[in-house]
Amino acid sequence: MEWTVLDFWIVSAGILASLSCALLGNFLILKRMSMMGDAISHSVLPGLAIAFFLTSSKASFSMFLGAAVLGVVTSILTQWIHKHGNVDQGASMGVVFTILFAIGLVLIVQAADSVDLDPGCVLYGAVEYIALDMITFVDFEIPRAIVVLSLVFLLNSCFVLLFFKELRITTFDTQYATSLGFNSDLMHYALMGLIAITVVAAFESVGSIIVIAMLIVPGATAYLLTDRLSLMIFLSMFFAILSAVLGHFSAVYFPPFFGFPDTNTSGMMATLSGVIFFVVVIVSPRYGLFSSLLNKMVTRFRVVQEDVLSIIFRSEEENSLGATKEHILLYFIHHPLWLSIAMKFLEFNKKINRRGNVYVLTAIGNSESITLMRSHRLWESYLSTEIQAPHSHFHDTADRLEHIHDADIQETLDLEGRDSEFDPSGKKIPPESED
Amino acid sequence: MFKLKKNNPEKFSFHMDEHPSDIPIAVHDLTVSYNRKPVLWDVDLNIPKGKLVAIVGPNGAGKSTLLKSILHLIPIASGAVKIYGRTFKKNKHLIGYVPQRESVDWSFPVNALDTVVMGMYRKIGWCLPVLRRHKEFAMECLRRVGMEDFYNRQISQLSGGQQQRVFIARALAERAEIFLMDEPFAGVDARTERAIVTLLKEISSSGKTVLAVHHDLNTVREYFDHVILLNLRIIDSGSPDFVLTEENLRRTYGGRLTLLDKAATALSNLDRE
Amino acid sequence: MKKKLYFLLLSFAILLLPSLNPLLFSEPSSLVLKHQHNFDWPSSEDFLRIISLRDYNTRIVLLGTMLFGFASGMIGVFVTLRKRALVGDAVSHASLPGVVIAFIFMVSLGGTGKFLPGLLAGALISSFIGVGVILLVRNYTRLHEDAALGIVLSVFFGFGVALLGITQKMKEGNSAGLDSFIYGKTASMLISDAWLILVSAFVVLILSVMFFKEFTILCFDEEYTLARGWSVFGLDLMMMFLTVGVTVVGLQAVGLILVVALLIIPPISARFWTSNLKKMFLISSCLGAISGILGAAVSALVPKLPAGALIVLVCGILFLVSLLFGSESGMFIQLYRNLRFQYRILIQNLLRSMYEIANSKQSFKEDDLKSFMIDYEELFNFRSWKKMSLMIAVEVSKFKNLVIKTKKGLIFTKSGYLESVRIFRNHHLWELYLLNYAGVGLGHVDHFVDDIEHIIESKILEELGEEQRS
Repeated sequence: MEWTVLDFWIVSAGILASLSCALLGNFLILKRMSMMGDAISHSVLPGLAIAFFLTSSKASFSMFLGAAVLGVVTSILTQWIHKHGNVDQGASMGVVFTILFAIGLVLIVQAADSVDLDPGCVLYGAVEYIALDMITFVDFEIPRAIVVLSLVFLLNSCFVLLFFKELRITTFDTQYATSLGFNSDLMHYALMGLIAITVVAAFESVGSIIVIAMLIVPGATAYLLTDRLSLMIFLSMFFAILSAVLGHFSAVYFPPFFGFPDTNTSGMMATLSGVIFFVVVIVSPRYGLFSSLLNKMVTRFRVVQEDVLSIIFRSEEENSLGATKEHILLYFIHHPLWLSIAMKFLEFNKKINRRGNVYVLTAIGNSESITLMRSHRLWESYLSTEIQAPHSHFHDTADRLEHIHDADIQETLDLEGRDSEFDPSGKKIPPESED
Repeated sequence: MFKLKKNNPEKFSFHMDEHPSDIPIAVHDLTVSYNRKPVLWDVDLNIPKGKLVAIVGPNGAGKSTLLKSILHLIPIASGAVKIYGRTFKKNKHLIGYVPQRESVDWSFPVNALDTVVMGMYRKIGWCLPVLRRHKEFAMECLRRVGMEDFYNRQISQLSGGQQQRVFIARALAERAEIFLMDEPFAGVDARTERAIVTLLKEISSSGKTVLAVHHDLNTVREYFDHVILLNLRIIDSGSPDFVLTEENLRRTYGGRLTLLDKAATALSNLDRE
Repeated sequence: MKKKLYFLLLSFAILLLPSLNPLLFSEPSSLVLKHQHNFDWPSSEDFLRIISLRDYNTRIVLLGTMLFGFASGMIGVFVTLRKRALVGDAVSHASLPGVVIAFIFMVSLGGTGKFLPGLLAGALISSFIGVGVILLVRNYTRLHEDAALGIVLSVFFGFGVALLGITQKMKEGNSAGLDSFIYGKTASMLISDAWLILVSAFVVLILSVMFFKEFTILCFDEEYTLARGWSVFGLDLMMMFLTVGVTVVGLQAVGLILVVALLIIPPISARFWTSNLKKMFLISSCLGAISGILGAAVSALVPKLPAGALIVLVCGILFLVSLLFGSESGMFIQLYRNLRFQYRILIQNLLRSMYEIANSKQSFKEDDLKSFMIDYEELFNFRSWKKMSLMIAVEVSKFKNLVIKTKKGLIFTKSGYLESVRIFRNHHLWELYLLNYAGVGLGHVDHFVDDIEHIIESKILEELGEEQRS
């Protein structure tokens, strides 16, 4: 299949719609009101239908106005029922948007008699037919939908840029913002109104699924990657563009790959945003599953090595001979598989030496394990003064604490224990190393 | 500098001369962590039978955490809790729990009687309905806490003290031997507080054990006959006259232990380096 | 300054938009106006036929939707009390890819793909995968539940729509009925389908009655449930299973977008009528059943309108009625209680002021109330009254026969004077109470439940009175 002008228009429409949504969606995620996007995208329907009845044209200014009003009304009604009906927020949202959507459906089916506006179109849109409806702008023929979506994108970006400060503070801490004199409610309703306008702009070209997906998923994906709001917004926009482009490609190329006919772009864009989210969940450097797993493994490996060192050290302390592998295994609390890897690694780093089947510490290994041992016994002493419990308890806790290599903590600990020579069970605390 | 305390043998001797099955709650070397950050360090405790026991400590000292870990509501990093010498699983029916006021959904559509009947659901068993005799017993429990006139009232329409009494009645309906109470006097006026204490004293004098999280140092001596001072670790426990010394209180309330605190944070960050 | 600038910019933009109207929103040529034809009302014959349940098909369909409404109203009570209302929404949307995959699968096996139990099984599986993903996202990422719901809802649904797009272009199989799962179409229900719904609804009904106790305690206090040794996860799973079950059963009747309405609206409406869980259960199921049966009946009369919307509309009307007139916490009863409370305070203030004025005068004698009159002006100056509230207080007290109203002032009646003595005494005792036991707790009595106030008041006051005497 070739890359045609139509494809270009479709992708552009998708990108513009996705960007408009993703911009606003960030704030929904941070406000923990993601489902409000879903609710509004449903509840604008009666607004559309009524505006349509009044003006009997499919896309008009009144339609946008109707939608914005409905968006704000949804939000107000949800709050009102939540407050006065003693109903939890989610449920009151559910009540409001389902009833409004039902009214909208009935109205729209009525309207469908006179103009082509059916419920299905509201959902998936008709991005494939976008080029059927062109308008002339300066000298170019541009699909009307593109122009509308660009304007909405412009509006949304202006809103976010101009009110960035206000949005940030009202999202972060509503009550504090109010106490500073920012009108949180106004910001909230403006956001809801804009979402509603975006829904209307998107619904006839790309469908409302895209709106729901793009309001939530790119923002959520970005949230996994950063803690900074501005960066989060940029990332979410990037992911929005990515899902739009990849979505269209996969709609065209993916199903035929399995011998199926191609499919609609809007559904695929939503799907791809989900795929991107999934990938980021796994590989995100800070909050991803993979990186946390990796970090865990690295720490674990360090702890294992240190444990091996201290087992050998203790054994040398007792019989000044070193330890066999069997002896180490006796005191080893991790999986035996770890042991062989750790021993190889320690040998490679010249921390232990092998003599026959006995392992002994090298100079490097020795000084490292002295530090460990000192830390362990200092912790034991410290805990025994602070906590009222039998001293035998502290060994396990100190075992975990000795692996902390924080300089500040170590310093405090050294300071606290500078005069102690023996730990509570009477073992000698090794003196601080020279360096 | 460490002042090495002499290991006081008497302090831990009850492991030997008291049979474990006589100790309502025995906590052994308990460490509890949230996200690997320890919030309770090496807690070792025996709660004596038939006493009103208070857990006292500043905010964030881990008082509720201790209660919840006794109830196994949060995972225990290490250590063990024994209820009358047996594991929690085997003896959990002996524990009645009176939750913190904030954790209850007060708008829930139940009345006082139904709330008390809930204490017997476990005993009634799966799929079987609540019978009249269950309700009668629940009514009896309400009577014992002096709430029989209010049995048909939705729980949000009760005052703070009355709500607390309904939940005590629920624990009674469980035929609990041990009452664990999370801040029973929160949001209750002084007069009602005293009424509840009288009720608790009545309960404990019948051989039952009450373990309550308490905030107010001024009333501890008056209300309770055993005190546990807690701040991330046990400071001291025993009779209030011995435990509530100036030195102990300073150690409990005199700010956080910076080293222990830092160590806890470092432990939770170990694998994020 | 800056604010003004923003304002100017905004208003400019708003003003400009309509002027762009002709450029952007000119009536596109591609939109061909269809033939106008009027909405046709059902003939009285049709009407009678439906109402009298004359044909077997209608009877079964109505029974099916009614049972579905009943079951969803029932399980919905638990869903909303567990504060999981929107989980139902996400789960129902997540069923779409399952339906379509089941369809494609069955077509590839050589069938028509329209085998309802197969489609519903697909829906069930994919809904459950959705639940799993929600749990995973919530527990293993830093996102909160709302985002997890939103992601599952939109991505699953989007995927379903993409798959639907494939089936519509597939040569084999006829996918024409599949979109009825989105908006619901009772008319497409076969008798065998209705039976399936009937049976599943019945199972849900029995199970939720059987586990009534356990679900109640789970919704009330999760921590307590855990502490008492129930498996919260197991119970939640069972509840989720029932919810997903009902949702899937309702797909054909209501459609997956609106099926959540039947889970949420009936229980919420029921809560306005009662604060007794069992009654709430009953009322909620009945509301669900009524919506189901009425909605389906209307949709049988006007097959053009989507059934789901009609059922939800009926449900919405019932909600509105409950919201306004609910006998437990409806708006009118709240308003009434509020007013009654305000009146009571007004009267008490009036009588207490009168008592205080009267007792400060030497001309006042208790055994001759009639001859002592309190001027309006004096009364007005005694407390910082608002004119309106004084007038109301006077009128209501007169109506209750507590005072006699004359042109210049007010005269105590016998009962009015006794009442004022009581109020004064109570006020005095309350002050004492606050002095002695300056604590919180007083505010915990909900104002609008004023009967309680009286019980508590009288009990405490008795004690206080005794204390004072001794």
